[in-house]
Amino acid sequence: MAKYIGKRLLYMILSLWLIVTATFFFMRIAPGNPFTSEKQLPPEIEANLNAHYGLDKPWYAQYGDYLLKVAKWDFGPSFKYKSQSVNDLINEGFPVSFILGLEAILIAVAFGLILGIIAALKHNRWQDYTAMIIAVAGISVPSFIMATFLQYFLAIKLGVFPVARFETFMHTVLPALALASTPMAFIARLTRSSMLEVMSNDYIKTAKAKGLSQGVITVKHAIRNALLPVVTYMGPLTAGILTGSFVIEKIFGIPGLGSHFVTSITNRDYTVIMGVTVFYSIILLASILLVDIAYGIIDPRIKLAGGKKGE
Amino acid sequence: MQISKDKFQLVGTKISEAEKISKPSLSFWKDVFIRFRKNKLAMFGLVLLGVLIFMAIFGPYMTEYDYRTNDLTNKNQSPSSEHWFGTDDLGRDVFTRTWEGARISIFIGAAAALIDLFIGVLWGGISGYKGGRTDEFMMRFADVLYGVPYLLLVILLMVVLGQGLGTMILAMTITGWINMARIVRGQVLSLKNQEYVLAAKTLGANTSRIMAKHLIPNSMAPILVTMTLTIPSAIFTEAFLSFIGLGLTPPLASWGTMANDGLPALRYYPWRLFFPAIFISLTIFAFNVVGDGLRDALDPRLRK
Repeated sequence: MAKYIGKRLLYMILSLWLIVTATFFFMRIAPGNPFTSEKQLPPEIEANLNAHYGLDKPWYAQYGDYLLKVAKWDFGPSFKYKSQSVNDLINEGFPVSFILGLEAILIAVAFGLILGIIAALKHNRWQDYTAMIIAVAGISVPSFIMATFLQYFLAIKLGVFPVARFETFMHTVLPALALASTPMAFIARLTRSSMLEVMSNDYIKTAKAKGLSQGVITVKHAIRNALLPVVTYMGPLTAGILTGSFVIEKIFGIPGLGSHFVTSITNRDYTVIMGVTVFYSIILLASILLVDIAYGIIDPRIKLAGGKKGE
Repeated sequence: MQISKDKFQLVGTKISEAEKISKPSLSFWKDVFIRFRKNKLAMFGLVLLGVLIFMAIFGPYMTEYDYRTNDLTNKNQSPSSEHWFGTDDLGRDVFTRTWEGARISIFIGAAAALIDLFIGVLWGGISGYKGGRTDEFMMRFADVLYGVPYLLLVILLMVVLGQGLGTMILAMTITGWINMARIVRGQVLSLKNQEYVLAAKTLGANTSRIMAKHLIPNSMAPILVTMTLTIPSAIFTEAFLSFIGLGLTPPLASWGTMANDGLPALRYYPWRLFFPAIFISLTIFAFNVVGDGLRDALDPRLRK
């Protein structure tokens, strides 16, 4: 187990290093320098600015500085908003995104499981078809389109929910629903197929033969085992929620990290783009690692150290 | 189980005729087609796809407008017999632009799938066939690259390379091929020790012939499914990027840019967002159900 985690950590660090390095060099070759917008700076001032941000050093020194700073969790200043550092932006925006993301994950998991279980229990009946049509629709409609539809019909036309902003719980319902729609559909499909597989196992037949009721069999025997593939989906789920938040926060005017990120892209605020990308990558890689470890703990059939799954 | 009598038929009493196969033998692809045709949802997706592709080709010619000419006297018109899907804030016809957008979305999807196919088959094929150190190195490289979050990398590349159709396809395929490579490698690994490959080797076939004649054709089923499912994800990525302002440059129309332009006007001119939104969803839906149907038809063991 320790060996496995060590190996995975090594890969994670390699991937992260690749991301940090790539962001660093990408931003250097990106068109325009950070002060292009300041129109015609006197050379002395530009030299001072460069010195202030360490841009007068050779590239390898800058690269080394950047690596060290990232390792110390310091993403540097924002080039566009002089008084704000990237860390400030993350500290201010991430809690908002986190609440929204958590809500979306809860919705996705809860409704996805319910839909999937109903579909499997009523296999090939109308409940199954309805659930699967909902699932295919959820997968096909991109989250930002779901968001605009929800906003237009439920908020603007019917006025059931507030249109935008992030103040009360009611403000979070529509964005969380929009974020959850695609992952919910994936979870529903996963749960259904894994439930169907589990339900055909011998131990379910044994449970039936013992005279257990359908409810007990489903809850005690089937769902527990059917949940395993759903756990593996938690990694991609986090990724989906995270990237989904870029657009959802933009649509609903939520001051989270996602909307800061999109603004920084429009502004070509390179340090923010770099910092937030690295920050997101760390979260993603860490959550995928956590999910894999959790999976190994939940399912004793999987030997992590051997690297062979299932057999 | 009830089996009715008329399912059985006397084929003849002579011994020579008893062994005759009475039904025409089906090739693999015919069999796949028959299974696919039975899947109603997949057939619906295929028809829908046909309609969408037809409209992408002919749609822009169905009106007298073109996608880039501004007509400021007619801006933000609601759908009418004059402008079927209304007009946008520069007076451009939304119907024409929607089908221009279809061309671009489908082109991006197809291009990304083909490039992924090319690199993935090459990389996965070599890695799986050579095995040993080559395999180890090639797959570790893929693993590290795979760890990089896809959409973040694409966003980063778009920021650096600048907006445009070519850079978008490049950004999508730079890590997009890994999935294909892994699938091809898995297939090649399981096929390369089969007897017919050994037979081909004994007959003197070289590596590239074995790959092209035996290994790749036998991996066609998962390759095809992966390709079909790459297209909707590429279409989604395009729309997503355009929606956060990293898409194509105006006046080019894509569904993502149209949706992005339409968003601020959602309250008053909802059609400007709804038409592209509906067609993005329909296209992704069609490709998804065709892909699912193809997977079930190609490998009925997987059907749930």
